[in-house]
Amino acid sequence: MTDQSAGEGTAATLPPEPRNRGLVEFWHYFSMNTGAVIGLVVFTLLVLMAIFAPLVAPHLPDEQFRDSLLTPPAWQEGGKSMFLLGTDAVGRDMLSRLIHGARYSLFIGLVVVVFALVSGIILGVLAGYFRGWVDALIMRVMDIILAFPSLLLALVLVAILGPGLFNAMLAIALVLQPHFARLTRAAVMAEKNREYVVSAKVAGASHLRLMLVTILPNCVAPLIVQATLSFSNAILEAAALGFLGMGAQPPTPEWGTMLASAREFILRAPWVVTFPGLAILITVLAINLIGDGLRDALDPKLKRS
Amino acid sequence: MFRYLLHKLALIVPTVIGISLAAFAFVRLLPGDPILALAGERGVSPERYAELIERFGYNRPYIVQYLDYIGNVLTGDFGISIATKRPVWGEFMALFPATLELAVVALIIAVAIGIPAGIFAAVKRGSWFDQATMGVALTGYSMPIFWWGLLLIIFFSGYLGWTPVSGRIGLQYFFRPVTGFMLIDSLIAGRPGAFSSAVSHLILPSIVLATIPLAVIARQTRSAMLEVLGEDYVRTARAKGLAPRRVVGLHAFRNALIPVVTTIGLQVGTLMAGAILTETIFSWPGIGKWMIDAIGKRDYVVVQSGLLIIALIVMAVNLLVDMLYAVINPRIRVQ
Repeated sequence: MTDQSAGEGTAATLPPEPRNRGLVEFWHYFSMNTGAVIGLVVFTLLVLMAIFAPLVAPHLPDEQFRDSLLTPPAWQEGGKSMFLLGTDAVGRDMLSRLIHGARYSLFIGLVVVVFALVSGIILGVLAGYFRGWVDALIMRVMDIILAFPSLLLALVLVAILGPGLFNAMLAIALVLQPHFARLTRAAVMAEKNREYVVSAKVAGASHLRLMLVTILPNCVAPLIVQATLSFSNAILEAAALGFLGMGAQPPTPEWGTMLASAREFILRAPWVVTFPGLAILITVLAINLIGDGLRDALDPKLKRS
Repeated sequence: MFRYLLHKLALIVPTVIGISLAAFAFVRLLPGDPILALAGERGVSPERYAELIERFGYNRPYIVQYLDYIGNVLTGDFGISIATKRPVWGEFMALFPATLELAVVALIIAVAIGIPAGIFAAVKRGSWFDQATMGVALTGYSMPIFWWGLLLIIFFSGYLGWTPVSGRIGLQYFFRPVTGFMLIDSLIAGRPGAFSSAVSHLILPSIVLATIPLAVIARQTRSAMLEVLGEDYVRTARAKGLAPRRVVGLHAFRNALIPVVTTIGLQVGTLMAGAILTETIFSWPGIGKWMIDAIGKRDYVVVQSGLLIIALIVMAVNLLVDMLYAVINPRIRVQ
């Protein structure tokens, strides 16, 4: 408590640096969570691996070694050191395909979150700011989307748009977007009648300025946490669509698609099934660990005072 | 309470209309021609094509088709499947028990393990048990369940040979379904080994389907309990000298239950989505597999009515949870 008042005192006399201080404080709370830091390290490594995939991967993802079909991993009997994690049914190196697959999964997560976040924020701000029939219309449409099980809705949308990676991303973004709209709406409604908003309104700020410049920045914290959750959800759903044959199409080294084509070798060559799934699990787990850390760091209720 | 219910129902009517419109529109947007899909490889003569279009009413304006469809649905007629030529409602009712059985067993597993795990983790906050439980829960929450299912098959069916890979019961046990629930039917049939065969078929799929709800329930129970355990009345109860078990079980848990019940209700959507993947992996003859097959075969009527029925079930359960919420939490009722 004394700390806080001292901070306010200095802020009044010294040139304030609220952004920087906020970041330092954020990192203080975030780094107390060991899991979150581990998640961040793993995620950073995954991003680097995806960016430098052609340099890191020992082989090309589509290169077929016809004389080494279904080679077991290097440490198993019959394994070759040339193929660390073994090869698949047409002799492609598993490790190289997995490394290149990271590009797809991370790209999918990023695109889906940007789509869902932007459209969700626009709809949520409109609904929360204007209320009335705009609100009713938007929120009923969100209710309708949420009434369908997400994967089923995504499947039908992909069936309409045609199977493929881009359409899968679009479908998943649409399915995840209502969560952002609802969160934004709730936050906007909570902030709308605060004094700083009223004073900006009295000062003559336009609707657009009030919505985007005055209110929105104060609703960011829950949206960041939701964005992290959606990132991992998007990767899972895209992999599930790929697994059902409705996402990325073979020979794309997308992890879910790789699992789909590996299914028939499940008992003969378990490694072609094990590693792509493990890659999905590690990526999603790392992102969810970060999400938990962000939630704890950004939620003032949970902060230890 | 009555006004609260009325308010909820008033909100639901436009949503239900919207759901039916969406299901109707999706199916019209699907590429491909239902008549050509019906004719299959052999194709169809132009005269026969015109006749079929006429018979199914696909040449009428969309608004007439929609109103006609809604009129039929209200009388319990969900149309005739293009692929099997059987009533969609009949097909749904024949397959739904399989999905329901799977989902109910999965939910029982999730609640029976998730709630106690969450309570103990909260009571022993920071202990190795808490950390291990939450680590496992987050892993479960992050699990690609289609892969998890394959792993379990590799280990339990392939390596150990304990469980069958697919289906609901051994082929040698054939009996007429009475309830549609294999666990009950196999008991009624009274054939030795039938029940254990049904159980061994059910165990892996239900573990797979339970994984994510279990993780979510454990995490939610823990955080709800932590919040309640910090309240003044819990401290008071402790100060009065009540047994710790009584404080946790009676004072804390009953109040922590409110958000947990909501979480359990929200898992219904997760279970339906999970059923699609689980039923595909284990060749489980339920609604999820039925819908996947219908989408693949472009069976317009099944996709449309299936979407509608599933969305209505999810909505009905959510409404039920809302009401239950009002029953256990008086603060909601008064507002």
